Amino acid sequence: MSDKPKIIIGLVVFFALFTFPFWYNHGKATSAPEPLLSAKAKEAKQCVRDVEYMRTEHMQLLDGWRDRTVRDAQRVYEINGKEYVASLSNTCMECHDNKADFCDRCHEYTSVNPYCWDCHTYPEEKK
Amino acid sequence: MVDILKPEEMFNSIDYTVPSDRWEDVPPDFSEGTFCYPTKKKNQDYLGIPSKEEWSPADEDWKLPDNWEEIIHEGFKERLGKYRSLKVFMDICVRCGACADKCHYFIGTGDPKNMPVLRAELLRSVYRKDFTTAGKILGSIAGARKITPLVIKEWFSYFYQCSECRRCSVYCPYGIDTAEITMMARELLSLLGLNINWILEPAANCFRTGNHLGIQPHAFKEMIEFFCDDIEEITGLKLNPSFNRKGAEILFITPSGDAFADPGTYTMMGYLMLFEHIGLDYTLSTYASEGGNFGLFTSSEMMKRLNGKMYAEAKRLGVKWILGGECGHMWRVINQYMETMNGPADFMEIPKNPITGTVFKNAASTKMVHIAEFTADLIKHNKLKLDPSRNDKFKVTFHDSCNPSRGMGLLDEPRYVLNKVCNNFYEMPENTIREQTFCCGSGAGLNTEEIMDLRMRGGLPRANAVKHVHEKYGVNLLSCICAIDRAALPPLMDYWVPEVGVTGIHELVGNALVMEGEIERTTDLRFEPLNEEEE
Amino acid sequence: MNVNYLYSLLAVVVLGLVAYVGAGAAGLQGVFGIFLPYLAVVIFVAGFVYRVMDWAKSPVPFRIPTTSGQQQSLDWIKQNKLDNPSTLLGVLGRMFLEIVTFRSLFKNSRVELVGDRISYKWVVWLWLFAILFHYSFLAVVVRHLRFFLEPVPFFVQAIEQIDGILQVGLPGVFISGVTLLAGAVLLLLRRILLPKLNYISKAADYFPLLLIIGIALTGIMMRYFTKVDVVKVKELTMGLTTFHLGIPEGGLSALFYVHLFFVCILIVYIPFSKLMHMAGVFLSPTRNLANNSRMKRHINPWNPKVKFHTYDEYEDDFREKMIEAGLPVEKE
Repeated sequence: MSDKPKIIIGLVVFFALFTFPFWYNHGKATSAPEPLLSAKAKEAKQCVRDVEYMRTEHMQLLDGWRDRTVRDAQRVYEINGKEYVASLSNTCMECHDNKADFCDRCHEYTSVNPYCWDCHTYPEEKK
Repeated sequence: MVDILKPEEMFNSIDYTVPSDRWEDVPPDFSEGTFCYPTKKKNQDYLGIPSKEEWSPADEDWKLPDNWEEIIHEGFKERLGKYRSLKVFMDICVRCGACADKCHYFIGTGDPKNMPVLRAELLRSVYRKDFTTAGKILGSIAGARKITPLVIKEWFSYFYQCSECRRCSVYCPYGIDTAEITMMARELLSLLGLNINWILEPAANCFRTGNHLGIQPHAFKEMIEFFCDDIEEITGLKLNPSFNRKGAEILFITPSGDAFADPGTYTMMGYLMLFEHIGLDYTLSTYASEGGNFGLFTSSEMMKRLNGKMYAEAKRLGVKWILGGECGHMWRVINQYMETMNGPADFMEIPKNPITGTVFKNAASTKMVHIAEFTADLIKHNKLKLDPSRNDKFKVTFHDSCNPSRGMGLLDEPRYVLNKVCNNFYEMPENTIREQTFCCGSGAGLNTEEIMDLRMRGGLPRANAVKHVHEKYGVNLLSCICAIDRAALPPLMDYWVPEVGVTGIHELVGNALVMEGEIERTTDLRFEPLNEEEE
Repeated sequence: MNVNYLYSLLAVVVLGLVAYVGAGAAGLQGVFGIFLPYLAVVIFVAGFVYRVMDWAKSPVPFRIPTTSGQQQSLDWIKQNKLDNPSTLLGVLGRMFLEIVTFRSLFKNSRVELVGDRISYKWVVWLWLFAILFHYSFLAVVVRHLRFFLEPVPFFVQAIEQIDGILQVGLPGVFISGVTLLAGAVLLLLRRILLPKLNYISKAADYFPLLLIIGIALTGIMMRYFTKVDVVKVKELTMGLTTFHLGIPEGGLSALFYVHLFFVCILIVYIPFSKLMHMAGVFLSPTRNLANNSRMKRHINPWNPKVKFHTYDEYEDDFREKMIEAGLPVEKE
């Protein structure tokens, strides 16, 4: 009694799972998304912090804003001699007024599901 | 025989502290009393296997054959090609340590190389060196070891300190079975002519006379007739069992130990009485007069050669099926090897109990039924007249033998029988019975006098559990279904729990059986008074 | 004292440095980000197939299940169908529970000498650590699929949701990352601190644990502390899975390459090590066979022809004695 067929089936199943990413994506090139900057954002040129910082640390920044605002009523964020109102909906979304174009592109790409919008509102998306 | 420690001293000598030296650097001990005596050359010659002039493990130089390295390497390679179990077990152990304290020899000796994981590493380290890339390149960092005469000595020491009981395999997350590994190692040792006498002499005897003890046909018949005389004295009934009788319905095969030594002999009397009571059409064979199989402890080929007699004799006598007596490793062989090796058994019929009509579907192919299955079926169908009060002086517990437990699963049949033939039955603690049972300490050919220290240590976990029920319930009789047990447990009990006797379950059946026309019994099968008060 | 873990620690540290310097200072991002991952996958697949097929090549001559319960016998005796299966279904059940719940390990006990007695205590730690470690590992692997799949499928998101259910910290803590690290550390501590286990442990036992600890630590560092631009990471990994190769503009941190290199080493290491238990557990003859060899003949493909001692030879040897004893003989 040879059980080789069973073993080969087992191997095939294992490698089918292992190589799942290769055939799931079926070789489709996907370019990494870039957040789309609105005209207003482009015009401003400069966010509250530099781009590198914002790319990896924006969640920390927003988290800090929230904590200070809610717990200490500190609504002003001061940096590089400039003052900003610490508000996602008002300050951030003023420039980045399209959540789908700006926030969601990367979040969806990397499967990140922030709970900002559980409480906050965002501007109507322009179709 | 070497004097051994007193029980208390032995118990206190057990130390689980690991040595400061790496195990690879600890040489095996070959002082007198630590090793089994090597076989006499005549046994190897008779069986036609590699032989060796007289030698002793205590010798500095074992005078291995010139090409011993090649023999081992080629032998190892051959076995890797024949047994997937060996290959997989060599490759996948993660050394999690679950098996470490499951071995009775480790529990009793505290020797780390008696941890199943290290026992296997003895072989595995050589495997890595010879057969894996990492081992060839990285050497000892990868756990590889070049084989040297000292490694051979180590193998001889530790693979003859394993009773192939498979307890470790129950706990292993991958089911790695040290019995399998020990068998391979013993086969390799055998290629160099390194066998022990206590295994090979019975094997040679069995090959020639049909049984391990070398009982010749006429003597075998005399012994059985002697038991019949005893039975007559006790019951007043004259039994006439037949031998080598063609046309009998059933061939009965039991280990020859039951014909030879107490207390197995009383079990043999029990069988004979049972068969008489139900009027079974059976015969005994002087040619297939051995149920056990010391080939199992030598090599798979030897196992096959010795086992072949069972089917050959069944065919010659034209029986319908075979009934097997109480024996441990015999049933490992019958259940897991026999028909694969020596089948198909298509010249017989599917076993059917002629008294109850029960068809033993679980033996449909091998055509061989265990006596406990058979008797349980008889009792269930009320075919036996039993007076369990005749066993009232006994408080009985049951020792599951390794092989029927972990190589078969015969657990509830003997318990059912016991509960019907005696009134006082007590189980030992649950982690010492059924599939977790402990070896008698003398299995797989280690029931030899010269290693009494090891046997008492290895049997300690079993004895310890018996002691527990002895003190808690007053248990005074340890029952079992294995001939090796019946030989090994009495000295073990004498040593650790002296007030407890040993019996096979069919001795108790014989005691309880109310046979037609029998005289009033005053003694049990041992000629001891039925009840202690009557003394 | 067993110093095998030092070799392994040294090996892991050196490997980490190789990647750190190689991809960082030396700037070999293409080697560490593209070439080595592909090489590792190729070696893993080839090695894994080779190992399993090598096992498959050797037959299973005998049916040798370890029976851990009542056999199938008389109708009225209750069989333990899981621990002593006689059918394929039973075997599948036994294997499934073994592989998914580590059932044998759950039985683990510890021996102690108490007074003049031996006692056995049920111990759950090994099982617990093992379960913690393996399931955390599985969760971590599945979570990482977010870097290899576009769009990210629901089941990956579901795992992330459950894994991040604590909603602690930012980015939110994934439980599995912490438990993986904890599991590996606990298993390592067992090996170092328990004398018996220390005694049996080889470098090959410490190495994978330390490597996995390295993987977990670098991963945790990147996620919570030094930060890595995950969009770029995914750009690289998606390039690998779709064969559109390239290092994202601006490159990635050296720490990321250490993480990736460790993973490459791990998968290369698998086929040549005890980590093959992941496949071996399916092929262990003491677990994957039914105890039915008395019902159905099992075939040994190399069943040898051997020399028997036949009845005729036996009778020739003892004929006179047999006749004298009144035993029937074939030839008078």
